[in-house]
Amino acid sequence: MKNVIDYYKKIYYVMKRIRLVEEEISKNYKHQKMRCPTHLSIGQELVGGLISLFLKKNDFAISTHRAHAHYLGKGGDLKALISELYGKITGCSKGRGGSMHLIDKKVSFMGSTAIVGSNIPIGVGLALSIKFDKSNKISCIFLGDGSIEEGVFFESVNFTAVKPTPTLFICENNNYSVYTPIHLRQPSDRKIYEMVESLGVKSFLADSRDINDTIIKFKKAVKFVRENKQPVFFEITTYRWKEHCGPNEDDHLKYRSEKELSEWKKADPLKEIEKVLLKNHLLTNIQIKKITHKIKDEIAKAFDYAEKSEFPKFNSVNIDEYAN
Amino acid sequence: MNFPEAINDAMKIAMSIDKKVICYGLGVDDPKRIFGTTKRLKERFGPERVFDVPTSENALVGIGTGLALGGYKPVFVSQRFDFILLAIDQIVNAAAKWFYMFGSKNNIPFVIRLIVGRGWGQGPTHSQSYHAWFANVPGLKVVMPSSPKNAKGLLLSSIFDKNPVIFVENRWLYNINEKVPTGDFRVPIGKASVIQEGKDITIISNSFMTVEAKRALKFLNDKKISCELIDLHTVRPVDWETIYRSVNKTGRLIAIDSSSHNLSIASEIITRVIDKCWTKLKNKPVKMGLPDHIQPTSFALTKNFYPDYISIIKEISSLLNISLEWKKLQEKQETPHDIPGTWFKGPF
Repeated sequence: MKNVIDYYKKIYYVMKRIRLVEEEISKNYKHQKMRCPTHLSIGQELVGGLISLFLKKNDFAISTHRAHAHYLGKGGDLKALISELYGKITGCSKGRGGSMHLIDKKVSFMGSTAIVGSNIPIGVGLALSIKFDKSNKISCIFLGDGSIEEGVFFESVNFTAVKPTPTLFICENNNYSVYTPIHLRQPSDRKIYEMVESLGVKSFLADSRDINDTIIKFKKAVKFVRENKQPVFFEITTYRWKEHCGPNEDDHLKYRSEKELSEWKKADPLKEIEKVLLKNHLLTNIQIKKITHKIKDEIAKAFDYAEKSEFPKFNSVNIDEYAN
Repeated sequence: MNFPEAINDAMKIAMSIDKKVICYGLGVDDPKRIFGTTKRLKERFGPERVFDVPTSENALVGIGTGLALGGYKPVFVSQRFDFILLAIDQIVNAAAKWFYMFGSKNNIPFVIRLIVGRGWGQGPTHSQSYHAWFANVPGLKVVMPSSPKNAKGLLLSSIFDKNPVIFVENRWLYNINEKVPTGDFRVPIGKASVIQEGKDITIISNSFMTVEAKRALKFLNDKKISCELIDLHTVRPVDWETIYRSVNKTGRLIAIDSSSHNLSIASEIITRVIDKCWTKLKNKPVKMGLPDHIQPTSFALTKNFYPDYISIIKEISSLLNISLEWKKLQEKQETPHDIPGTWFKGPF
């Protein structure tokens, strides 16, 4: 049995990389070369880190409009991600999908899609295919607190409650559906994970500010799904720092309080992990600089690759309506 | 072999050929077995490959997409077309787009069987056929058999197609009997069938309207009117070449759809024929279909709601400007207008 702290170094690298990628996207967005709606994961990197620790390469994953962290955490190709944002032929979806439609089959990242809740039954279907195959994989579905309000969420949870499949629902509760806070959308005294538990699916609640607890619970959740071939619902409270959609801040709109944002920023899981690593002499400031430099170099190369890649040809638009 | 037997035969063959073929939907293993179309599938192929489900159309279609992504070939059944409207998001935003949207890296072999009700009080929410909606969605194939034989061949082709297929079965086809080839018999998707060649007029129809058109042909052939009847088989993609070739030959067109005529497959056929065959047209094309309003329930309100062989003859009579005495045919009608034959006693 590993100590939790043994996971910190790997998760730190993955989260740091996601943060730096997102910051670079944010910084370059103004150049009008990435011309698609983009939902950044800054502040929500922990889930990307968690899956890098406990999911296997051939475990299925399926995500949402805010998928960059999941894609990178699962091991998705960075160059193909940036090229996709640039609309280039070298993009993971050949420029047809953009930020909201990412795929990397090499790491079983089976797609991300923009209609809230739309990915959920597809993930359950993937889990059912695992069950039929009698394999040891699991199917991981990313969702947010908004998708809980979609009918298809209840349909999917009910299906796998009655017909058990190795499904891991990972619900990132960031409190907002665009600008609408959760208390206007769901009863304040009803907890999401409790409701799902009452629907017949084993559930966990974790707070991304309590990293040890989150890692332990997530590991337990994955183990439960894999060993019992039964579904688990994992709710994690988290916070988005940037605007709902786009590279900027949106706090001038006053839909959330400055205090709320600053408190979450103060409790930044990435910073917290860094602090623990430094304190325990598992990492030095020099090493952090080296890591940062290495990642930034990789990111610069990915942007350069995207810039230099070709655009898809317009006349190819209708060629692939059907698979042959 | 009747229509449900032909569907059942296709399912058995597909499931024997390929272990990845899965059959699911509300009632697939209930005592009635979807009008017999899923009879003995569970016994023969096991409860894992043939399973009943919760009443959750949207999730069930998504689950089918997921199964397809996981390497399976699911066949989902809904006893009424109307209920699939609950799953429009999964069909349009996911299944139809998954191949193209992700750079052609995943494909979705997935059949959605939908049964369209008609008559005997099926009314506003049990008799709709929105095949034209689905035909408007790139990435989908929309297949509409008109007989047991082509139903079997088209279903086998659909199951082994690499794309999502909406497979539309009209309930009134269910009691038709004909000889159906045995074994793995396939009818290609996207190819129309010329049921009868002719030189005076082209009739294009689909699903049960082809049955009505065939009935009209018997009468018209006796009157020495030479009709070419084309059964579309598939409304996306449409076999345009067969249509243009025929209309260029006859110069006259009647396009009949088995749903509202408004913005229908018939509308699109006429639009394109005007574009492609304009100089060969001898008369203005005729469009036939259901009225552009909600299907009522009452016996009294449903009379003349659907085109039938008599209304087809009536249209041809006015198109060719000849008297075909179609009114006499109406007087001879014995079966009540709201059932396909006396075999149908309800309820659905």
